[in-house]
Order: sequence, then structure tokens, then C-alpha cells
Amino acid sequence: MITFLSVVVIWKAIGVIAAIGILAAVVLFFISKKFHVEEDPRIDMIVEFLPGANCGGCGFAGCRNLAENMVARCTMDGCKCPGNSAENNAKIAAILGIEAGETTPKVAVVRCQGTCENAPAKVQYDSAFTCAFANNLFAGENGCPNGCLGCGDCVKACNFGAIHIDEVTKLPVVDEEKCVGCGVCAKNCPRNVIEVRPKGPKGRRVYVACNNKEKGAVAMKNCKAACIGCGKCTKACPFEAITLENNLAYIDPAKCKMCRKCVAECPKHAIVAVNFPAPVAKPAPAPAPAPEVKPEAAAEPEAVKAEAN
Amino acid sequence: MDKAEIKNTIRPLGKKTFHMGGVHPEANKIAHEQTVEEFPLPDQAVVYMTQHLGAPANPVVQKGDKVKVGQLIGEANGFVSANVHAPISGTVSKVDMVADISGYKKPAVVIDREGDEWMEDIDTTPDIIREIKLSKDEIIARMKDRGIVGLGGACFPTHIKYMLKPEQKCEYLIINAAECEPYISTDNRMAIEHAEECIVGVEIALIASGADRAVIGIEDNKPYATAVLANAAKGHPKITVQPLRIKYPQGAEKQLIKAITGRSVPNGALPISVGCIVNNLTTTYAIYQAVQKNMPIVQTFTTVSGKSVPADKCRNFHLRLGTPIKAVMDAVGIPEDTGKIISGGPMMGKAIANLDAYAAKGMSSFLFLNEKEAARGEVSNCLRCGKCVEACPMGLEPYRLQAFSELNRLEDCEKYGIMNCIECGSCQFTCPSNRPILDFVRVGKAKTGAAIRARAAAAKK
Repeated sequence: MITFLSVVVIWKAIGVIAAIGILAAVVLFFISKKFHVEEDPRIDMIVEFLPGANCGGCGFAGCRNLAENMVARCTMDGCKCPGNSAENNAKIAAILGIEAGETTPKVAVVRCQGTCENAPAKVQYDSAFTCAFANNLFAGENGCPNGCLGCGDCVKACNFGAIHIDEVTKLPVVDEEKCVGCGVCAKNCPRNVIEVRPKGPKGRRVYVACNNKEKGAVAMKNCKAACIGCGKCTKACPFEAITLENNLAYIDPAKCKMCRKCVAECPKHAIVAVNFPAPVAKPAPAPAPAPEVKPEAAAEPEAVKAEAN
Repeated sequence: MDKAEIKNTIRPLGKKTFHMGGVHPEANKIAHEQTVEEFPLPDQAVVYMTQHLGAPANPVVQKGDKVKVGQLIGEANGFVSANVHAPISGTVSKVDMVADISGYKKPAVVIDREGDEWMEDIDTTPDIIREIKLSKDEIIARMKDRGIVGLGGACFPTHIKYMLKPEQKCEYLIINAAECEPYISTDNRMAIEHAEECIVGVEIALIASGADRAVIGIEDNKPYATAVLANAAKGHPKITVQPLRIKYPQGAEKQLIKAITGRSVPNGALPISVGCIVNNLTTTYAIYQAVQKNMPIVQTFTTVSGKSVPADKCRNFHLRLGTPIKAVMDAVGIPEDTGKIISGGPMMGKAIANLDAYAAKGMSSFLFLNEKEAARGEVSNCLRCGKCVEACPMGLEPYRLQAFSELNRLEDCEKYGIMNCIECGSCQFTCPSNRPILDFVRVGKAKTGAAIRARAAAAKK
């Protein structure tokens, strides 16, 4: 008797649940029909070709939002992933049915050489380890009000693990392989030390590795490698690519032909040239004018290449 | 006055305090007994144009100009700003950017000293003038003209506090002599040495504010100063002296109002919304000087102290603005084991990053912390013990605000009331895990404030 009753109860329960389930399914079916959102299938296709890091470097709320904007505007102007490769961009353009346009690969550069050696610390910072706070609090351990604070807000901001703080120099180092040039680090730097520049042909580029805006004499007290705004580089540059503002030289990457005359001219070695092949065994001190001619000769094919690119 | 007499004066006044939160840091009032000494005039004074809250003043002198003490050299630039006057007489050698204690460059006027010649319209005699001749509007105009700012530390231009809207009424004028920060002793010395002037200053402030009564709040660890002030206030029916319990932050504006009047200032509102105006005791002295003697703020009272300094060497100075702070410290002698030098109190003051800076309005102390005191303990994980919540005088959840700020969750920061934080540092003081709570709350507060302003600006458009 008891067994029979309980079986009936179980069947009843199953019946009730099943009835609720069927009812809910019917209701949901009609609701989903009623409120169906037509989504462009291209969005999903584009998302496939985006990095998926949701870094926000494009200015939109993540990769999907970028894809939605691309489809809605049917253009890549103003809504382009700064970190995407040229081929992926071409594929996205094909999906949208537009021309891909040119992409110059970019990379973040750290415009500070205030290493422990160049700019010895005068005070010790012992507080919340974040650049945002340190910047509000004081000029910096080495006294430079424009230089890197070394607390690594850029490291925390990078979604690609492309930046780390060097143990010895206490300055951020950008891993060129990993950096996609999205610029999130530059946005998170309270002092604008990081700049996103064109990667340059073969990754070769010349830039001023300093962000100092103080007068030369003051800057020199704080840092041995500070740009003192002497203007020698502006005179040395044959392409008028270097401008001087607020005691700081700036090399316009669009005009720079990578002749590297400025690098040799800078008395403070504040101008840096990276990824160039090491100068081919300088003919020892013997003929004095020779080393001056050589870099030019070596630089010329480089300039041609830059134009070709 | 002997001990019994002091006791008899203070006892009937009772004791008040605020109730929510608060901590008890070691008082270390080493320089309490040291009379204020006049600091020798500097050969060169560097006067910052940013000695107040708000926009920097505009320099109105040029290189080569001769100036006298008290002459206007920086004109207030905008509504929230204050005039700056020459602290020494001589020639302006340059108008340039000079690094302040943070190491950042600020606009400043550099004066090379020649003698000590004051402006003719300034009364430099020590006589106390009790009769107040100016009307309410004239007093406020004088405060503005003489560059009076709040000398408790924030340096908010004082005249703005007294410019009330027609619907606002000031019932209580509260004078803050609590001096709840450890070490600092200037308010104590001010009460003892200049009680009469301060009381006249309070009378002037009463006229300016239109308040019916003034209450001087003073912490319980200054019995002598309390008795002196109480005696000085005897002939003034509107002025009372109110001893307060020893508890940090007793001298914070909102806590002081709560302790004395029992009123709570609403979130985001000013004290005037509950009918109060709060001024520091030293500010009332400055008001007295400005109104009765036409003297602008050209000097500041400063305590130089520290545990490693021999007790008799800790001193209180009356120094001219623009004096190199290095000279002030050398007068006491920087102890060898100094790990950190602080301008202001140890709870809310700022560590000095640049010793080649110059004294400014509101610099009420220089403290030498020894290496052991200066070092922060090792930071460990939050225990969720809730001590910071208990200590917060504003009823916030500091551990939470810190986490939100660290994660850049500004909306949550705003929701949990980060903008109500008074940055007293009680949370960090009490944290057993040595977490940098206040540091991150300050970051979050700045970012949230900027976001709120941006939103308001966007809404206007």
C-alpha cells in the first residue's frame, strides 16, 4: 500500500514538473520570437580576426564592441584595432567589403633613461606602489618631475604582458615581439613618458629617450642622460624632422629618414637608435674623418628603404 | 597659575568629543613648553605664489623692483585664491619657477634682503588694540586684501568662508585649537602667548560672521592653554572655551562641529549648511593682525620637533615666509638617524622630497622621524578585521575603498562614499597588516573627483 502510494506521488510530481516545463517552453518560444534581435553575422566573423584581449586601445569597450561599431559604420576609419596585424585587418576589410587601407605597425617606446646610474635617487619612495599616487605626491626619487617613476602602472595596464620593469635600471622595458602598439600603457602613464611610435622598417627607429621639460642646467643636476634642449640635433638633421619645444627635442617619425646624424650629435646621448646593425668594425682611431663619413654611407641605403616602405 | 587654579578653571567647562571612529596616536608634544622664538631674517626669500588652496596668485612685481615688508607681490587670481605679500624688504631678483617641498616647480618671487623696512601703513608695535572700528563688510574686504588663509594646514582663503549667501545664517563660530596632530605645538603656544589677541580676533570674526556665539575647542592635553584662554575670554559673553577629549581627529572640521554642537554636516556640504564657520586659532590671530594692525600674513608659526631631537632642542619658531626650510632645520639640527622629514603633522602631513624648498603659509611644523618610525611595515593581506572601519570617523569602509581604488572601480568608489573621506589617516594608522589604505584612497578620491567633474561638465553641455 505504502509503496503504491509513493509511486503515485512520484508520478504526480514528474507530471507537474513536466507540465510546467512544457508550459515554460511554449511561453519562452513565443517570447523569443517576439523579442528576437537581428544581429549581423559579420560581427561574429570580425571578432574571429581581432586579438580578443579587450585592451581598449581602440577606444571601444572591448573587441566585440569594436566589431559592432565597424559593422554599424561599415568603415575602419576611427574604429580600427591598433594592435591587429595587416593580414587580419585585410580579412576584416574583406568581410566589411571595403579597402583595408594602410597600417603602420606601432610600438610603445619609453622616453626616459633615468636609470639608477644616470639619475641617482635623492629620496626614497616608500608608499603605495603606483605611479598615479607617486606622481601626485612628489617629483620623483631622482628629482626629475617628468621622468619615469618606476612603479609600473604601465606594466599593470598592459594586456599583452609586453612590459616589465628592469631589475637593474628600474625602468620599464617593452618587449617588441609582444607589443601591439595599442597605447593603453601610454594612457596609464601619469607623466606621458611612454609614446606609441611607428615601429619603423625592420623595427629600426630613432627617438628622443627623454621627457624632460626643464631648463638644461636644472635637468643636468637630476639626470646625466636628460635632453637639455641645446638644439644641436635640430641643426644636424638634414630633413627638418626634429623640433624643439619646452627644452625638449622631438623627432617626427613621419619625417625621419633614420640617418642617425642626431644620435652622434647629441651631447647627452639622449637620442636613441634601436635595432640598427652594430657599426661595422670602425677603422680604429687612425684616420680621423673616416668614422664621420661611414655612418652616413651606411645610413643611405636605410633611408632609401624607409622611403620604399 | 598653579595646578589647582588651572584645574578649577577647566573643570566647570566639561568635556566633549565626537563619537564615531577615531584613534589615539602618541601625543609627543615635546615642544609644548618652548616659547616661540623669532627666527633670524633670511638673506633671500623665495615666496611661492601657491601658498593657498585654489588658483596661484599673479606676480605683480618684476625683476629689479624694490619691495617693503607687507607689500603686495602676488594678486589673487580668481574667486578661490589669495593675495601674497613680501615677507622681507629688498630687491626682487627674479620671478621664476622654484621647486617646493614636493620637488615640483611652482611660480615664485625671489627677494634679496636689504634691511627690514615695513610698509608705512602697517602697525608693528606689540600693543594690543581692543577696539574694533571696522564694519562687517570692511572686515571681510580686509581679510581678502591681507591674504588671510586658514592656517590649520589646508590654507583655504578665509574671506570666502565669511561671504554668506542671503539664505545662510551662521549661528556658531567655532575656533579650532584642538591641535590633535601629534608633535605640533603652535596652537598651544599661540593660546598661551597671544590669548588676548586671539580673543579680539574671535570678536572680529564674530562681527564678520554675524554669529551669536563663538566656541573655542581645545584638546584636553593643553590644560594651561585652556585656562589662559578661558581667563582671557571672561569679559566676552559671546565667547566660551570648550575642552575636548583627546582623540584624533578631534580637530577635523566635521568632527569638531559634531563634538561642540552635536550637529552633523551632511555629505558633500560645507559647515555653513549647519550654521557653523570653523577657523583655526592661529587664523584668528592673523585676522586680529590684519584688521587691527593692517598686517598681512608674512610670518608663520612653526614647530620643529622629533623624537631623536633632545627635548630642550625642539623649538617653536616665528619665521618669515620664504625662509629656506633647511635653515630652520639646521637651527635645531637634523638628527643623524633621520629617516623622514615631514611638513605638518605625522598623521596628515607630507614627507618632504626636496629640502631646498622654502617656508610657506600654513607650514605649522617640521618633524624628524627616525629610521625606525619612518619605515613602513611589511604589507600583508587584509585580515577583514574591521579595525579601519571602526577607526574611520566618517563611517566609511576604508579597506573596501582601497580595494576598489586599486582595481580602478571608480563607480564603486563613488557608491561607497570615497568623496566623504577627510584623509585623516586613522585607517592606515590602525591597520595591523600595514596596508597603504589612505594612499590608495587618495588615488581613488582624485580619480573619482575628476570623473564626477567630467560628468557634470558633460551634463552642462
